[in-house]
Amino acid sequence: MRVVVDYDLCESNAVCMSIAPEVFEVRDDDFLYVLQENPPEDLRAKVEEAVVRCPKQAISIED
Amino acid sequence: MNGRPRRALVVGASQAGLSAARALRRLGFDGELTVVGDEEHLPYDRPPLSKQVLAGEWPPERTALLGDADADLDVTWRLGRRAAALDVERRTVSLDDGDDVPYDGLVIACGARPRTLPGTEIVAGVHALRTLDDAVAVRDAVAGGARVLVVGAGFIGAEVAATCREVGAEVTMVEPLPVPLGRVLGEDVGRVVADVHRDHGVDLRTGVGVDRLETADGRVTGAVLADGSTVACDLAVVGIGVVPATGWLEGSGLALDDGVVADATCRAGPGVVVAGDVARWYHRRYGEHVRIEHWDHAIAMGAHAAATLLAGDDALPFEPVPWFWSDQYDRKLMLAGRVQGADEVRVVDGSLDERRFVALYRRGDEVVAALGMNRPAPLARWRARLADRVGWDEAITD
Repeated sequence: MRVVVDYDLCESNAVCMSIAPEVFEVRDDDFLYVLQENPPEDLRAKVEEAVVRCPKQAISIED
Repeated sequence: MNGRPRRALVVGASQAGLSAARALRRLGFDGELTVVGDEEHLPYDRPPLSKQVLAGEWPPERTALLGDADADLDVTWRLGRRAAALDVERRTVSLDDGDDVPYDGLVIACGARPRTLPGTEIVAGVHALRTLDDAVAVRDAVAGGARVLVVGAGFIGAEVAATCREVGAEVTMVEPLPVPLGRVLGEDVGRVVADVHRDHGVDLRTGVGVDRLETADGRVTGAVLADGSTVACDLAVVGIGVVPATGWLEGSGLALDDGVVADATCRAGPGVVVAGDVARWYHRRYGEHVRIEHWDHAIAMGAHAAATLLAGDDALPFEPVPWFWSDQYDRKLMLAGRVQGADEVRVVDGSLDERRFVALYRRGDEVVAALGMNRPAPLARWRARLADRVGWDEAITD
């Protein structure tokens, strides 16, 4: 699983960070950082929820 | 309920209803799943309506919520249909076309309707901004530089005003309170919001309500305000709150009180759960029934209500930290927690002057909410932190 963020869409609403803080972090510069581009499978459910709940539909998963 | 339901019915085809439908399938429900929606559209996302759709940046189709991951949702959609009555005993919902839909488990997620100015329902050029059709109508009316009257400077009104300014419309926004959002966010923060709008050229009139709209040939031409002043406009957008859509449930036996009343697990009756704008449920940690109109809340509660429907007596309480955001110009407001009844608001990071800050809300000796303007990172942390009790003294000395 590879996590892909479209930074042209991302507005740093940090919804993903509240769902999967292991993978997503909005830092004090207000930019989103992907902490693990290839997160382990046990995080899949969380990452999928982050994909669905991103208000900007900016996250996708490439298997 | 005797065993798991075989027929699930969801009334409401927006975020809460879709989230419930998705969760039912995710949790292994493999029976018949029907979703009733009073609009003709399949589920779509509402936050872009007052922004990208209104600005003409996004075609309306881009708000569609169903994606590849929903290929196996297997839903029978009954769109453009309104639920007209509920019979809890017979477990049947009657639709406005006369059809009766039987169910074993029901999710009520029918949302809320915008309040209207009395007597203006049939006046041309007067809009709400709730649905995709509303957004497209306002977009088309604003394009080319119209004069827009925004009635109410709540979150919808403020976002509409901001977007209309960005596409070059003239905007007058009228708000009866002394500052926009003052009742929600406090006077100091409300003044910052007012300044942001005035700096962007909005003619913001506060402390005065709309007395009446003026019309010519059935179309709005302006408004007379409570102080006798006047505003000329080509269209009016009314954002004065919403009313839970519970009319069809009168006499059903479900408890109604500014929404459908539910217990801590989202259950409103035998085989009936509720979610989203229409739901007033017992929030165990807050010790009272609350109703929340946020986007994120609709998604979370839809999923929780679905789980309750399948769980029977093992259902879990729903105890979220309310959270939402609002984009206005280049400012992003985020609020986590509950500001109601706060005793004090204090800026703990940044400043009101630079319009980039974090403010905490105190009730008693506890932090009950955090507000950020252009500070998403700390707000995400506060949202997580507020799931537990946070002492005020501890928070402000961090």
